[in-house]
Amino acid sequence: MSEKIIEIRNISKSFKNVDALSNISLDVNQGEVVFIFGPSGGGKSTMLRCINRLETVDEGEIIVDGIHVTDPKPDLDTLRAEVGMVFQLFNLFPHLTVLNNITLAQELIRKRKRDDASEIAMNLLKRVGLPEKADSFPDQLSGGQKQRVAIARSLAMNPKIMLFDEPTSALDAEMIREVLDVMMVLAQEGMTMVVVSHEMGFAKAASDRMVFLADGKLVEEGPTDVLFSNPKEARTKAFFDQILY
Amino acid sequence: MTETSQTTSTQRQEPGILPVTARLKNLPWWALFLLFLGILLVRSIFRDENYQDAFEFIAPGLQITLTASVIAFAIALVVGLIMGMGRISTNPITYNIATFYVEVVRGIPMIVIIIYVAFVLVPFFIDGANGLGKFILETSWLSFLEGLGTSLSTLDITQINPLARAIAGLAFGYGAYEAEVFRAGIQSIERGQMEAARSLGMSYLQAMRHVILPQAIRVILPPLGNDLIAMIKDSSLISVLAVRDLTQLGKLNRSRTFRTFETWNTVTYLYLSMTLLGSMGVKLLERQLHSGVSVMTSIRNFFRKLWPGLSRKQLTD
Repeated sequence: MSEKIIEIRNISKSFKNVDALSNISLDVNQGEVVFIFGPSGGGKSTMLRCINRLETVDEGEIIVDGIHVTDPKPDLDTLRAEVGMVFQLFNLFPHLTVLNNITLAQELIRKRKRDDASEIAMNLLKRVGLPEKADSFPDQLSGGQKQRVAIARSLAMNPKIMLFDEPTSALDAEMIREVLDVMMVLAQEGMTMVVVSHEMGFAKAASDRMVFLADGKLVEEGPTDVLFSNPKEARTKAFFDQILY
Repeated sequence: MTETSQTTSTQRQEPGILPVTARLKNLPWWALFLLFLGILLVRSIFRDENYQDAFEFIAPGLQITLTASVIAFAIALVVGLIMGMGRISTNPITYNIATFYVEVVRGIPMIVIIIYVAFVLVPFFIDGANGLGKFILETSWLSFLEGLGTSLSTLDITQINPLARAIAGLAFGYGAYEAEVFRAGIQSIERGQMEAARSLGMSYLQAMRHVILPQAIRVILPPLGNDLIAMIKDSSLISVLAVRDLTQLGKLNRSRTFRTFETWNTVTYLYLSMTLLGSMGVKLLERQLHSGVSVMTSIRNFFRKLWPGLSRKQLTD
């Protein structure tokens, strides 16, 4: 059946005196879409960034597709090639064209030839709806377009898991839809996704499980329909009251 | 009465067409005056024997000054890039070596650095090379390096001429400043760029080479240009090693002819002609970069402005 592709075991992390993460455990199965939400500063982004080791944990273990991320010297090359990440601020490379943004890592790490990489890049651009922007530069794109390119860039590496760190939080309202649409298709195609976001509509439509994180603690988690309609913890209920108008 | 004051205060100024008085105020009078002085000097060189004499004696120094500056700067850039990356490294060894170098070298006057390199460091390295050469020759299993061993062990201080030592000194001294320029440039690139590159699987060095440094170079080109101009001025210090640069030739001409005015006006004028042209070039480059032109195109445009006759083919060859 579905096997666990991400195992997070009792991780804790503190920044100076603040406990960013306290004893968090979470499993993600292959093909699952896990939606992580909660108040700002709750540790959602931190936890996500620990998965691909952009942050390190103080205690605990993380295993991604058999790779022990929390080891002193993990196999970072394999890990990062398997885990794609989409950032809130896009982080496209401004000095490269859209096409080159997508082909750079392919050529460097997957060792693909220019033509192959370009072909893959163009196909991905078509999938996200931006084939005509291949020779444009990032600063010529709108926020929604930039994020779609960022998604294409990560997908070009054929990752097994896609991490999304508040992908639409920096976008104007009218552009959120186009990005969520792309993510929706990805979810339907069976990609394993961990999404940190405030877009509850997307959670309802696309995610299998929801996780509520607050003050560095995992307050509640469960299947989407269950958690949405009937949150058990008071904290969760309070949060829903606040954000669902 | 009120009508005129009203019209002057509410007068809409058409863009680009200013009244004559405003245009006169905005002229770069300092540059025009300097140009005027320059013309006077050139005239003197043609008319006055003493000026002609001074110019003919001193002008050859231009070649040494420019050669020394450009070569030393190129080396300083390489040193600066390496040390700059050392300054931001997490590895305690590279960080401390780089910081030691930068802090110490920036704390010593350039003239002392040049003297120190010429009379302490270079002899020290010669001794070291001699020692290494002897070691190679005496160790049997290194016999395949015999040629290198011989040349190293017979290396002699007189084989390193003053100009080479002067260039080494300038490069050594400026490398520390360029290290900080590179460091600042690299750090000015937002963290997200490195994070995105690493998330895609790139190693630190790959990220530096393909993502960070290309962006950083654009940022640091103007400061580097200014440092090159500063290097041209500081190259005058190599005269303490009796290298026949512009300044040294000035000193020699002064003692040869006792004509202080002609000598030093000529020397000053020659330095100014290099530095002022240089800073105009830097300003041009800055404006290009600012308007979003790519680095390579900026540099190409810069050369195009200097030699408008150059065809595209000649530029790309």
